[in-house]
Amino acid sequence: AQCFEFPLPCYSSPISFSFINHLVDFSYVGIDAILEQMRRKAMKQGFELNIMVVGQSGLGKSTLMNTLFKSKVSRKSVLATSQEKIPKTIEIKSISHDIEEKGVRMKLTVIDTPGFGDQINNENCWQPIMKFINDQYEAYLQEEININRKKRIPDSRVHCCIYFIPPTGHCLRPLDVEFMKRLSKVVNIVPVIAKADTLTLEERDFFKKKIREELRSNGIDVYPQKEFDEDAEDRMINEKIREMIPFAVVGSDQEYQVNGRRLLGRKTKWGTIEVENIAHCEFAYLRDLLIRTHMQNIKDITSSIHYEMYRVRRLNESNTAVTQANGIPEHHLSAHEM
Amino acid sequence: SSASLLFLSRASLPTQRHQVHRKSVKKGFEFTLMVVGESGLGKSTLINSLFLTDLYPERVIPGAAEKIERTVQIEASTVEIEERGVKLRLTVVDTPGYGDAINSQDCFSTIISYIDDQFERYLHDESGLNRRHIVDNRVHCCFYFISPLGHGLKPLDVQFMKAIHNKVNVVPVIAKADTLTLRERERLKRRILDEIDEHGIKIYHLPDAESDEDEDFKEQTRILKASIPFAVVGSNQQIEAKGKKVRGRLYPWGVVEVENPEHNDFLKLRTMLITHMQDLQEVTQDLHYENFRSDRLKRGGRLSSHGYVLPLSPAYVPVCFQLLPLTDSRAQAVHLDG
Repeated sequence: AQCFEFPLPCYSSPISFSFINHLVDFSYVGIDAILEQMRRKAMKQGFELNIMVVGQSGLGKSTLMNTLFKSKVSRKSVLATSQEKIPKTIEIKSISHDIEEKGVRMKLTVIDTPGFGDQINNENCWQPIMKFINDQYEAYLQEEININRKKRIPDSRVHCCIYFIPPTGHCLRPLDVEFMKRLSKVVNIVPVIAKADTLTLEERDFFKKKIREELRSNGIDVYPQKEFDEDAEDRMINEKIREMIPFAVVGSDQEYQVNGRRLLGRKTKWGTIEVENIAHCEFAYLRDLLIRTHMQNIKDITSSIHYEMYRVRRLNESNTAVTQANGIPEHHLSAHEM
Repeated sequence: SSASLLFLSRASLPTQRHQVHRKSVKKGFEFTLMVVGESGLGKSTLINSLFLTDLYPERVIPGAAEKIERTVQIEASTVEIEERGVKLRLTVVDTPGYGDAINSQDCFSTIISYIDDQFERYLHDESGLNRRHIVDNRVHCCFYFISPLGHGLKPLDVQFMKAIHNKVNVVPVIAKADTLTLRERERLKRRILDEIDEHGIKIYHLPDAESDEDEDFKEQTRILKASIPFAVVGSNQQIEAKGKKVRGRLYPWGVVEVENPEHNDFLKLRTMLITHMQDLQEVTQDLHYENFRSDRLKRGGRLSSHGYVLPLSPAYVPVCFQLLPLTDSRAQAVHLDG
């Protein structure tokens, strides 16, 4: 298995040791000490992560979230009733948790979308979701343009939308294409093949290839988007990921004894599926992508690209309204003038 | 091979039934099985597994783009299967496109029309002068595939089954059952049965074994009844498992054996179908067809698609038929004298 690094590199300050060792390096200034300062600040502040999960009922969304964060973070775990009825319309429900690991604090918000894709008529079922995402951008924008702004604007923007594809083994459904086509323009979409333990390895590879083809032919850019690769190194790493998505995942919050170790898995009559075993499913890759390697990048793309696009559009809209009222032709204005 | 398509031999057969049995064996059997369910639930694989054949040699699975354009199709494939001198003319009616569209509101009108058309045709043939070679293309049984991923029936499942339960014998089947642990399977079965009850859906009920049947048969019937809805896995691939070749699915964590009753209900489904083929035909004739017929005749004579006028009451037999030309005005009520 690959070894993924913890997002914040641990540097011990070299300067503090230099006088102890009586070693003075004349070519060394100590600029890299800033990394340590940043790390300390990040640890003090903690950070926010907002993940939305979208998919039909029964695709294991809640279980997967619980598995990802090794705690009961999903809405289902907090529900009083054990049995759930499919809602008649789509609902957007957010649950936030404070998670701490090795002194690092994270405020995780899981946004669930029950009712999506469950009706007989699912036309326009992406609309409430699109609206929610845009509403978060709007809330952030409103705070940003305030005269007296908060020091840290609360970030409720959706950083990542995990889209659950049912494991049919054939190809994407019209609903999948419609949703991802529209939403990939406003949010980072991470498609996953849900409940992948129903596919043999052969079927899985065929399915993934078919999905990638259909994403391509429909012009759907899922995360990590090619156009946002920053440099050659980025491109190399992300290209490898793009060749593997969508990740075929299996979730579980139950532990079983396998070869003397306690592992998260699903026990059947013909074997036990180990969730974190990459020979069984690709959960570990998803976890590493979302949490261990690309979390910051996902947030950066959300704030510097998706949010900025929203902001420009909104500001131009109000500009248009203002200039129309003032009689100034539109083309004189651009985003920079704001 | 150990798989036998024949009626299981019973230790003692009441004489009358035995005679009917012998006569039917000479004539051969006709059976029409309709298969309904969303794409990707393994319907084709299961049908091929059930009858040890490849009904779909040149199958091309359409991509999402094609699916958007398509409405529900009806595709009937007929095979002649002969085993130990018994001929079975099996027609499998597929319904590709069912449940695929974003809006599945109208996806079953085509299916219902098809079922009604077969009744209509039979009614017409039965009312005709030459009734020697009436072909029975009526749908004797409908396997309805339920996704194993959900928490029970979906709204579409409920609506569809209610729309056809008075026209055809509905046998609900839980597809791709290897996606479920044993506990999940039992829970899902219970949930589905509760929902079937709750919504007043009439599924096919296996008749209780008669008192003169042998104990084995009685026990078999009891087990079958207790296992509904059957949770099945299909496959035509031979896998090596525990030193022998089995039909199954190979996963990194183990092999699911299609014909292992501990792994899934495939054998039960096959046994049920084979031992109840006769009963399924009888119920179709005595219940569903008669309902259609009386309903149809009560509505009065009108031009059928063949251009003949159907008698208005079962007692009435026209002395001669008048060949009425099909005109453009469809609402033409014709009354025959005499």
